[in-house]
Amino acid sequence: MSKTTQAPKALRGVGNFIDDRFHLAKTGEKNLRKVFPNHWSFMLGEIALYSFIILLVTGVFLTLWFKPSMAEIVYDGSYERLQGVEMSEAYASTLYIDFDVRGGFLVRQIHHWAALIFVASLVVHMLRVFFTGAFRKPREINWLIGVGIFTIAIVEGLFGYSLPDDLPSGMGVRILQGVIMALPLVGTYISMFLFGGEFPGDVIITRLYMLHILLLPALLLALIVAHFMILWHQKHTQYPGTGKTNKTVVGTPMFPGFAVKAGGFFFFTFAVSAGLAGFVQVNPIHLFGPFTPTSITSGLQPDWYMGFLEGSLRIFPNTFDLSPFGYAIPTAVLVPGLGVMGLLFGGLAVWPFLEAWITGDRRAHNVADRPRNAPVRTALGVAGVTAYGVMWLAGSNDILSETFSIDLYLTTYIFRASIIVGPIIAFIVTKRICLGLQRRDRDTLEHGYESGVIQQLPSGEFIEVHKESSQDTVDALLSKPTITSTVLEEEVDDKGVESPHKRKPMGRLRRALAHWYTKDNVSFEGVEPHSGHHLHHSAEEKESAVH
Amino acid sequence: MTENNNNDNTEAGTGGPERVLGTPSSEAEESVVSSASTEAEHEGPYPASETHAHPEEVQRRGEKIASLWFVIAFLGGIGFLVSYFLFPPNAEDVPAIADPQIGQYSNMLLGGTLTIALFGIGAGMTVWARSVMPHYEVASPYDELPSSEEEKSSFGAFFMKGADESGFTRRPLMRRTLIAAMLPLGLAPIVLLRDTGPLPGDKLKNTAWENGVRMVVEGTHRFIKAEDLENSPNGMITALPFVPHGDGHGEGEEGEYTEEDFHLSLNEKAKSVIMLIKMPDGDFKSGMNEVVETVDGEERTRLNWTHNGIVAYSKICTHVGCPAALYERTTHRILCPCHQSTFDASNAAEVVFGPAHRPLPQLPIGVDDEGYLIATGDFPEAPGPTFWDYAKD
Repeated sequence: MSKTTQAPKALRGVGNFIDDRFHLAKTGEKNLRKVFPNHWSFMLGEIALYSFIILLVTGVFLTLWFKPSMAEIVYDGSYERLQGVEMSEAYASTLYIDFDVRGGFLVRQIHHWAALIFVASLVVHMLRVFFTGAFRKPREINWLIGVGIFTIAIVEGLFGYSLPDDLPSGMGVRILQGVIMALPLVGTYISMFLFGGEFPGDVIITRLYMLHILLLPALLLALIVAHFMILWHQKHTQYPGTGKTNKTVVGTPMFPGFAVKAGGFFFFTFAVSAGLAGFVQVNPIHLFGPFTPTSITSGLQPDWYMGFLEGSLRIFPNTFDLSPFGYAIPTAVLVPGLGVMGLLFGGLAVWPFLEAWITGDRRAHNVADRPRNAPVRTALGVAGVTAYGVMWLAGSNDILSETFSIDLYLTTYIFRASIIVGPIIAFIVTKRICLGLQRRDRDTLEHGYESGVIQQLPSGEFIEVHKESSQDTVDALLSKPTITSTVLEEEVDDKGVESPHKRKPMGRLRRALAHWYTKDNVSFEGVEPHSGHHLHHSAEEKESAVH
Repeated sequence: MTENNNNDNTEAGTGGPERVLGTPSSEAEESVVSSASTEAEHEGPYPASETHAHPEEVQRRGEKIASLWFVIAFLGGIGFLVSYFLFPPNAEDVPAIADPQIGQYSNMLLGGTLTIALFGIGAGMTVWARSVMPHYEVASPYDELPSSEEEKSSFGAFFMKGADESGFTRRPLMRRTLIAAMLPLGLAPIVLLRDTGPLPGDKLKNTAWENGVRMVVEGTHRFIKAEDLENSPNGMITALPFVPHGDGHGEGEEGEYTEEDFHLSLNEKAKSVIMLIKMPDGDFKSGMNEVVETVDGEERTRLNWTHNGIVAYSKICTHVGCPAALYERTTHRILCPCHQSTFDASNAAEVVFGPAHRPLPQLPIGVDDEGYLIATGDFPEAPGPTFWDYAKD
């Protein structure tokens, strides 16, 4: 390690130049000292950020050649198999990127893979935040921004998928238009305005292009910057452990450790995208042919993040469709096409506030929950994941049906049943697992951990030697929060009068939810770390061995 | 974190900091912290108690490995540049990326070398951070988020004084007229969107089909005769209306129809594409006896809209508009591959499974004097995705 010396002259010059104008020395040092807690799950959001940067860079490259035009031309480009075929300029220019621009194919595939990774990392990152309760006060607003980013990212992805105007991409737009048309009263108007007339018209790709490369990325960028600034200001949550409290954050400082690690991680993310783009073909539009509204192939699959909507459109029956006075309200389109999205994004947005309402918890939380310590929340999350997963699988029921030789309609019936039964089972099972893990935590706290060493006592008895857990483990276990709700506590006010709100329907509902949310928990009360008899056994044994 | 510790037998009980995967075992770190770098000699930016430096030999090894990765990355980057110039984009007699196979190789080479370059830099930086730099676990306070009562009330007082002084609260006339002035401007962007498209009107309900319009096999210039259906292997032909330009007779030489005459816009295709299906004798079901119109006091059924067992349905699914392209001859079922709405072709395209709201509209057909299949009218209701007033005239 070299001696800490003054900065080199050139660096000092730049530093002084900036500081003379912005007075940044103190702020700069504070930010370089910013502490980032260490955990693999904190890198999920980073993947999202880095893949977004990759998307911006590769996207700019693609715009150099892409023509967002629906003008019909006869192809006479380099790709021989489609020569003489009528297609839109959008499709032809995408073929140009693939077969006439060196590296164009690669960059287009990096762009597509990075988009898939972007949404995937958003989802996993959100799940991490949800299951650890990191969305709680003071981070609710950042959670809402996250939900906004997630929503826009999906729409952005759908629009990008639609631009090349190949057969599956056009069919995605067609389905979007079909869902819009189903809206009572306004559907045909919105469709006409969006498409500049009837489907497919000649402007939709130009408009989606504008949305895809200008409006939505600008919104995403703004929201991501806000997300990051809030994170920076509030500092990251951390998992429980020694010295980690709601008042103190423990981790790696920004400079130099975190900066280099994060920089390296950016290159890893880019490397994975590039590797997939190089060796795993995605969206080979030249094999699909141009879009025409009259043709289709079987086994069409959207990008993965649209799969759940595709699935819900497939399994929702037309039983509840309405036809009042000869007008049509196709609920089999509206509920799965729009309702499911509303439920997902609405549910995500509302949850932090609903949970705070149920528990009456107004404290600030900087230490994240271990998922097991909030069994109802965790179980609800897993139920939601299950529902999403069932819909997602249902989106490829034709492929499942063919692969496993199951009757196509039977798969639909199975998915219809699973979407109701699956989340319920998932909720019950998850909650039990959480409680079981809590019990194991209590054992670990009391008895230490199982060392795997079997000892025979003089009496002939075999025991497994338990060893004391590390201080960090003990502290993490001891930090288990008790799930309570203030709603259940304040039975009477200081004059002994019951609050009138409690008798109203909302009050009763709140109490019922609070009871449901808090009732099952393993109490750690009275548990002394390492007081269990197993430890004493081994301790005695050691002593006797020494003597 | 805690999960790791629970299972990490070597670590537990030492009370030391958590070991991060890939770093040397804690003994080395511990010994360095406690002996080699005493606090007095410590030179890093953070206190020695929070700095877990690696021994010099570990650092030296880390430096070598990191450098090796950077060299690999350098070579990968050179390889990327070479790969770029290896294949020309479009050239005669030399391997060019215009050939899909060559394009594939080019893609793999470019992607592979780029991956090596990027991965090498990432790996090198990671080794650098993990083996050369000390491992820090630094404690720092979270900011107290709510401001103190004092600050809050000071802010509140200042804000209200300022607001009062501005007169915004005390002068309602000005306030209200300002709000009123904003309103029309707020509406303007919405109004400006009006010209993004025409009003629906009855555009969605009318197609190019009308009495006497001939049918063309999709993708060809061939008119369809009833016998064609007998020979069709699938018992199904996808057809489009033939709408010649000009006076309806061919404008080419000797009255031939030109390429232009067969051209149909995508909008028109999306609305008017039909499936012609030949139904074996006696396979039509009762749904076909539904009375659909009255001509000259005579009730006509869906069967009157067929010709010689040939029935025509819109090919566009009434669910969300995919082409319902799969026809199974033995069961007479039409299946949309998108969301699996299933229609019974022998029974007025009734929905037998799936999410579609209504049957596929049936097109009334007949033959002209030359024996070609023609439409005898338009669809009775709007084809395509079901919308609010599809059935209204």
